[in-house]
Amino acid sequence: MSALPYTRFELLRTLRNRRFFILSLAFPVILYFLIAGPQRTNHDLLGSGISAPLYYMVGMVAFGTMSAMLSSGARIATERAAGWTRQLRISPLSPRAYFRAKVLTAYLMALLSMAVLYVCGASLGVHLPASQWLRMTAMIVIGLAPFAALGILLGHLLTPDSIGPALGGGVALLAFVGGTWFPLTTHSVLYDVARYIPSYWLVQASHVALGGKAWDAKGWLVVAGWTLVLAALARRAYRRDTARL
Amino acid sequence: MHGGGKLLGPSSAIEARSLSKRYGSIEAVRGIDLDVAAGETVALLGPNGAGKSTTIDMVLGLSQPDGGAVSVFGGPPAEAIGGGLVGAMLQSGALIRDLSVRELIAMVASLYPQPLEVQDAMALTGLDEFASQRTQKLSGGQTQRVRFAVALVSNPRLLILDEPTVAMDVEGRRSFWQTMRELASRGKTILFATHYLEEADAYADRAVLMASGRIVADGPTTQIKAMVGARTIRATLPAAGLAELAELPGVSAADRHGQAIVLSCSDSDAAIRALLERFPEARDIEIAAAGLEEAFLELTAAESS
Repeated sequence: MSALPYTRFELLRTLRNRRFFILSLAFPVILYFLIAGPQRTNHDLLGSGISAPLYYMVGMVAFGTMSAMLSSGARIATERAAGWTRQLRISPLSPRAYFRAKVLTAYLMALLSMAVLYVCGASLGVHLPASQWLRMTAMIVIGLAPFAALGILLGHLLTPDSIGPALGGGVALLAFVGGTWFPLTTHSVLYDVARYIPSYWLVQASHVALGGKAWDAKGWLVVAGWTLVLAALARRAYRRDTARL
Repeated sequence: MHGGGKLLGPSSAIEARSLSKRYGSIEAVRGIDLDVAAGETVALLGPNGAGKSTTIDMVLGLSQPDGGAVSVFGGPPAEAIGGGLVGAMLQSGALIRDLSVRELIAMVASLYPQPLEVQDAMALTGLDEFASQRTQKLSGGQTQRVRFAVALVSNPRLLILDEPTVAMDVEGRRSFWQTMRELASRGKTILFATHYLEEADAYADRAVLMASGRIVADGPTTQIKAMVGARTIRATLPAAGLAELAELPGVSAADRHGQAIVLSCSDSDAAIRALLERFPEARDIEIAAAGLEEAFLELTAAESS
């Protein structure tokens, strides 16, 4: 059975949720203008070879889209608490279709967050050929895959009360380690650690905009590895969660 | 499709055999047999902790039995659920927020192969005037109606309701049961759990009594009502022997709590006459209708001895 109409209502609900606007849209937009605004003429941010408006645009996109992807966890946690997950389990909607709807909704919200920040970036002088916008977007979409799984995992592990702080703190930490706030200096401990964290590779997608390669083999491996591990854990958490009910 | 039997459909909606479920050391359901024929309205009656919800969860495939098996319309529960044949209103549950009542019901309707019109489901449950209201702004009683509409909009052949009227006000209950009657007359099979004897009596063809995980009685509601409609006589009577009391006409069992005796009666009128004739010194006499709870305990005690 097609889950498309279901996804449509799911999307409508999410768009009406104030939380989403604050974390995934308003917050990154405000931060972007606060941080990148004063440095709009900096064409080589801390030796990264990337202009400040472009670097921070992608950094804030990473922040906003991570929030958007993980917010599916908040929705799952509240649906579980409300008994809605049980109600769905006695409908013909399969678990697979249920998760497809969740992931699709999360991605659409992430794309919205991305589009808004691209407009902000353009207003600070980010100019790229269409093909590079598209390539960068594609890299970010791929880089978000581990976060789709992480959102579902957390949604089945945490309660509605604990998931808010967990997501807020988690996204801030992931963004910091990923280099959202400033480019990480090579040969530092943080850099060495960050290269194993998927948020780092998300931010690295901005290299594509300069015509370079976003990820080396390690990047692909880290993103694929986290996606597989988190998806397996999410599956286990879902099974354990629903078996107990 | 060929074969007359298939065209008529299976005559049994629910068939459970030796169904059992335990949670840790608690045996929630202890090997029950339950049959519900298509088109029947059956009440699952019992006090809290009797195993009603656990039974319903197994019928719906929400939990797996530890022993025995259950089939719904002749197949495993998951098949009936997947085919959209079953609608259910679970015992506890809230609604998801940020949708209007109409949108929420439409969202659920979209999951089923042959749903009712959203408008019809709302009319049946008296939700017309709340159609545009956001679900998080409804009262408890209104929320119950929406949950009922969610169960109905699937247009199910089998409707399962676990203590549906618990959070409803008097008016809500009245219109709820009116709708249930209407659905029953359309040929729906209905299984509802309740701990109110009156509800079972008024709306079910048959009542199945559960206590401590067992079915202790299963029959027409009139018969069940007679069984659990017994009265008890309490009196202060230090001198009388229990054996003697138990043999009085109309008394089915006698018990003693210190100075007081408690007689369970099948005919309390005959019993009180005989008691006073035999023991004129009896005082502080009370005659009360036995609560369902007590009746259940008695029935289970009779079962296990």
